[in-house]
Amino acid sequence: MNFNRNTALASSLALVLGFATPVFADIKIGSTISETGPASFLGDPEAKTLKMLVEEINAAGGVNGEKINLILYDDGGDPNKARTFATRLVEDDKVVAVIGGTTTGTSMAIIPVFEDAEIPFISLAGAIEIIDPVRPHTFKTPHTDRMACAKIFEDMKKNGITKIGMISGSDGFGASMHKQCLQIIGEYGIQVLADETYSPADADMTPQLTNIKSKAGVQAVLNPGFGQGPAIVTRNYAQLALGLPLYQSHGVASDGFIELAGAKAAEGVRLPGTALLVASLLPENDPQRSVVVAYKAAYEKATGKPVSTFGGYAHDALRILVDAIKRAGSTEPSAIRDAIEGTHGLVGTTGTVTMSAKDHLGLDLSAFRMLRIENGGWKIVE
Amino acid sequence: MPEFLQFLLSGITVGAVYALVALGFTIIYNASGVVNFAQGEFVMLGGMITVFTYAAGLPLPLAALIAILATAAIGVALNTLAIAPARGAPVVSLIIITIGASILIRGATQLVFDKQLHRFPAFSGDTPIAIGGATILPQSLWVISGAFAIFLLLWLFFTRTLIGRAVLATANNRVAAQLVGINTNFVMTLSFAMSAAIGALAGVLVTPITLTSYNIGLAFALKGFAAAMIGGMGNPKGALVGGLLLGILEAMTAGYISSQYKDATAFIVILVVLFAMPQGLFGSKSTDRV
Repeated sequence: MNFNRNTALASSLALVLGFATPVFADIKIGSTISETGPASFLGDPEAKTLKMLVEEINAAGGVNGEKINLILYDDGGDPNKARTFATRLVEDDKVVAVIGGTTTGTSMAIIPVFEDAEIPFISLAGAIEIIDPVRPHTFKTPHTDRMACAKIFEDMKKNGITKIGMISGSDGFGASMHKQCLQIIGEYGIQVLADETYSPADADMTPQLTNIKSKAGVQAVLNPGFGQGPAIVTRNYAQLALGLPLYQSHGVASDGFIELAGAKAAEGVRLPGTALLVASLLPENDPQRSVVVAYKAAYEKATGKPVSTFGGYAHDALRILVDAIKRAGSTEPSAIRDAIEGTHGLVGTTGTVTMSAKDHLGLDLSAFRMLRIENGGWKIVE
Repeated sequence: MPEFLQFLLSGITVGAVYALVALGFTIIYNASGVVNFAQGEFVMLGGMITVFTYAAGLPLPLAALIAILATAAIGVALNTLAIAPARGAPVVSLIIITIGASILIRGATQLVFDKQLHRFPAFSGDTPIAIGGATILPQSLWVISGAFAIFLLLWLFFTRTLIGRAVLATANNRVAAQLVGINTNFVMTLSFAMSAAIGALAGVLVTPITLTSYNIGLAFALKGFAAAMIGGMGNPKGALVGGLLLGILEAMTAGYISSQYKDATAFIVILVVLFAMPQGLFGSKSTDRV
């Protein structure tokens, strides 16, 4: 009896679902994103953004009269899974383009799949290795750590700072940015007098900061890091009263950082952030203003959660892709690829994107805004 | 000299955090011989539940109390639903069950709460206290006193109370303990409730310093476990000394040698201690106490 009822229920459910699914094929866009797992704080807003925007685009009539069919897989941050999903997207789902690869690890694992299949792929991960050297079918939207370093060093130079101390997280983000910064620091005539590290789960960084404090000649401190580390560094920094400018990285550019570090300890901290973070502070004539304000409002309405930079990466990737499909007037992967490479002056949340055969990122330093924390809020320093 | 003092204060602060976690391992280990790898999740739950009840508008002490009681209830549920049904299984299987439980708790927390980092205000403000040119935050004093208070209570519990001795007896020989009239099921339930409550209290005390998020438990559990192993698993004195030793060692390495080698030094010392004294610094006494 029970069994029969369940079977009836299941088959009627299947019937309803069957009717709900569109019958004809649309523009198939694939995606493998780390919605769950250790990188979920990146992947979750990315997936939400893609779903929201695809719905929005389809409601407005789709692209070139065709609806977008988003096929989204959750790889949980596991490169092996991402690779399996990538193969499935290419072989079974037959998508025309792919957005995804939340982390550098998953992105690097799936790049060969799309390069072999000659399907355009827009990565959402940070590392410069994804687009350097340039691969014909691989693009990305997030700015690189090196650009964040350059932005910070530019600001230091402007303020006459030539000798700094560094305290970096030993996790992937901190170590990578530390390396990138040291590669270009010479171009700005800045010297690192003290170079300290901490582990991502450390509870107290006063020993490292005490050593930086006792080093004569240090004019500012830079903290490349991610997660709770930079908030604890900022609190310890205030505790020890170092009295020097403290630079944080784009890794903590969020309102949550001010809350975690405490407004008092975070006062005066400088960091490079995107326009999205300071949407309401942008001047009226800023080209990014309308884009970031619209995305922020839509995202916060749809999800009830504050907007994040990471969701912005997915926003830009989809906009670039849709723009390319429109210009190509075709859904042939090779035509889309050529059109993505020809992206010119597309205003996104991370910056204004102009790609070329040599540059598959298309952002310059203006993508970052130098911000300062004042009275528990952000202020744009230019 | 101010540098040395600053390293020492940092080491004691971090060490007290490790000690608090290590103390939580003690009771369950003493009652069952199981190293409870979900102990870090209890610490995480203490912090996370406090964060959300506090954000809902409750005063901090009440929020903390709710967090401790709720975590204790989760500890009891863990025992009733996962450990008790596998009673006959070898200790290794039970340890693996606790690892599974920790993954479950972590996953449930990110669904019930969220994936963000959180903190709540320190109990007595954030104004650093200056001691001889070095500084310490008032919250560190709370953590240090918390560690000592729990150590004292546990030490009294195991040496001065009948029920504490019953816990030790249960670990030593469950059948013999039952024969002399000890309700071993109750002892197990009690030990999980107490361990979870101590873990949650640790979470409440350390969150203003370390911050909290759904995935912070594993790091706590590993450092707390290391501290407990140095001091001797199951001995409250060992947990306290082991935690402080580990913290001070890390701070001194970061201060005088290099912050790069901080974790490596800690692990080398653990290896040396365990080679020389496999039971830990205070371990051998506790094994034949009953």
